[in-house]
Amino acid sequence: MDFFFIIASAVKIFGFTFLVILPLVAYSTYAERRVSAVLQDRVGPNRVGIPATLFGFKKDLKLFGLIQPLADGVKGLLKEDFTPAHVRKSFYWMAPAFTAAPAFVSLCVIPFGSAVTIFGYEIKMVIADIGVGPLFIFAIASLSVYGITLAGWASNSKYPFLGGVRSCAQMISYEIALGLSVIPVLLFFGKLNLSDIVTYQAANGWLLLPLWNENGTLIHEAYWQTSSQQWLLLLPMGISFFVFTTSIFAETNRMPFDLPECETELVGGYHTEYSSMKFALFFMGEYAAMIVGSALIVTIFLGGWSLGFGLDSALLQTSEGDWKWYAGLIHMGAFLAKTVAFIIFFIWVRWTVPRFRYDQLMKLGWVVFFELALFNIFLAALIIAAPHIGLLNTFLFGIPALVITALLMFFITKANEVRRKAKVT
Amino acid sequence: MAIVKVKRPKLYWYEHLYLPAILKGLIITLKHAIASLRGKAQGGKELASSGLGVTMQYPEQKWDAQLPEYYRGVPALVTDEQKRERCVSCQLCEFICPPKAITIMPGEIQSEDPWAKVEKAPQKFDIDMIRCIYCGMCEEVCPEQAIFLRQDYAMTGVSRLEMVNDKDRLYEIGGIREGLVNKWNELK
Repeated sequence: MDFFFIIASAVKIFGFTFLVILPLVAYSTYAERRVSAVLQDRVGPNRVGIPATLFGFKKDLKLFGLIQPLADGVKGLLKEDFTPAHVRKSFYWMAPAFTAAPAFVSLCVIPFGSAVTIFGYEIKMVIADIGVGPLFIFAIASLSVYGITLAGWASNSKYPFLGGVRSCAQMISYEIALGLSVIPVLLFFGKLNLSDIVTYQAANGWLLLPLWNENGTLIHEAYWQTSSQQWLLLLPMGISFFVFTTSIFAETNRMPFDLPECETELVGGYHTEYSSMKFALFFMGEYAAMIVGSALIVTIFLGGWSLGFGLDSALLQTSEGDWKWYAGLIHMGAFLAKTVAFIIFFIWVRWTVPRFRYDQLMKLGWVVFFELALFNIFLAALIIAAPHIGLLNTFLFGIPALVITALLMFFITKANEVRRKAKVT
Repeated sequence: MAIVKVKRPKLYWYEHLYLPAILKGLIITLKHAIASLRGKAQGGKELASSGLGVTMQYPEQKWDAQLPEYYRGVPALVTDEQKRERCVSCQLCEFICPPKAITIMPGEIQSEDPWAKVEKAPQKFDIDMIRCIYCGMCEEVCPEQAIFLRQDYAMTGVSRLEMVNDKDRLYEIGGIREGLVNKWNELK
């Protein structure tokens, strides 16, 4: 059993990281360029294909430029790896790895499919089935700021330094909102194991689409009568989703919040002094973080690998409630499709929304999202607690407490506003 | 200078949320994406696009038909309809050329030549296309209407030497140009 577990884990690690995520990283750079091009009425890289003319064929195969990431990689490896004389070498060399590694490490708790039974052993399609899923991701993913800050500091020149400092400040201000926004979700599920969270969602409806129940029926009469709480919960969960997604944008240094590397102000930001594969590593880290972010959003809010709409139990389960043998594959496909859709959403937002000013970014993090997430926790707690404490207590204590919290948050925001105005005059 | 005080626009509460504006932006980019994919991008037809966005894809499609008359491409020497090479090697272009791309070695026209009274013609005429900045000053300064900037723009070569246009090549590019002032003809 133990031996089998080790083999299975090794296969999962190799398969998931090297055969799925690394190509996905490469192709998300390609998608970034193609999707951005299409959004802006351009063409994008559509030339690199198989150079068949080199082997005596009449025409090159263009393949819509799908070989482009490979060419980029080759170019990255063949370029001169230049280290400026004024950098602090050890940190300068370590920084790209510090950026790329955490993103890949945090992948290991993401469940990418339902359990598969092979030779009588049940294999969970997650590399590390630990009970602290989201917390692990937050802990590891926030390490990647070290890479950026170190890169900024070790480069020993002004623009990278500013980029590093910005990244540090931004990460701190959004980490709080990120952590707080996921608490209502954890209140609702009552557990931190991501596989269990997804299994629950597969049976009872996605967190943002609670449209079906454990019987697998889409909308059914008794369901409407009994689970009104679920519909009410949509409000705090919606806020959670919004704050969480925006914080993930900030966490991965994506466009509306890409101040650490904004080209117009800081040349290239923290990676100004980097070239060739070290620079490419920063990029890989960024895209891997984006993939982890979208996978996490999909896992927590959009049902992870489940097909949804009651299809899981209707199509993929036997009458005893076990998964059919091909269910795992379909679930992996569903997970991948959802993640890719979310990556495309990330790209779409990047090429639509202009960059925030730095004070706007800070204000959004500390004054808006922090308060909103905090208030959201109380709201979710009240909605979850309401059936247990009874109607009277809800109205006597729950709602006044909620209003007081809301007012408190509002006045904190206002206080900040007043001070800002006083400074201007 | 009058000082214009610009008032910040007053935003409604829902505008303060910025979400409607972001949503609007997303819809606009999505519209562009869909139009681009359907080959109906705004202005695509006027710009002769390749069908994806408004971009013309270069080696397959070329802008030649749309080039304006005043386009400044490769400079070249011309002959007129009497097959006379118009350059008299006065070297004005050589002197005016800002990047010093033109090198002329003047030569004499033999006395038995029907155009002997022109006296001079270039022995060698080189334009270094690596140096040329396509300013058109040579054309402007030429008193003989001998050098013109053509509409060709795709000058390529694999060595520096290949990028130097010599006299034969320049006449080949320039060809015969009609309707010029033939001031060396006999008066009638």
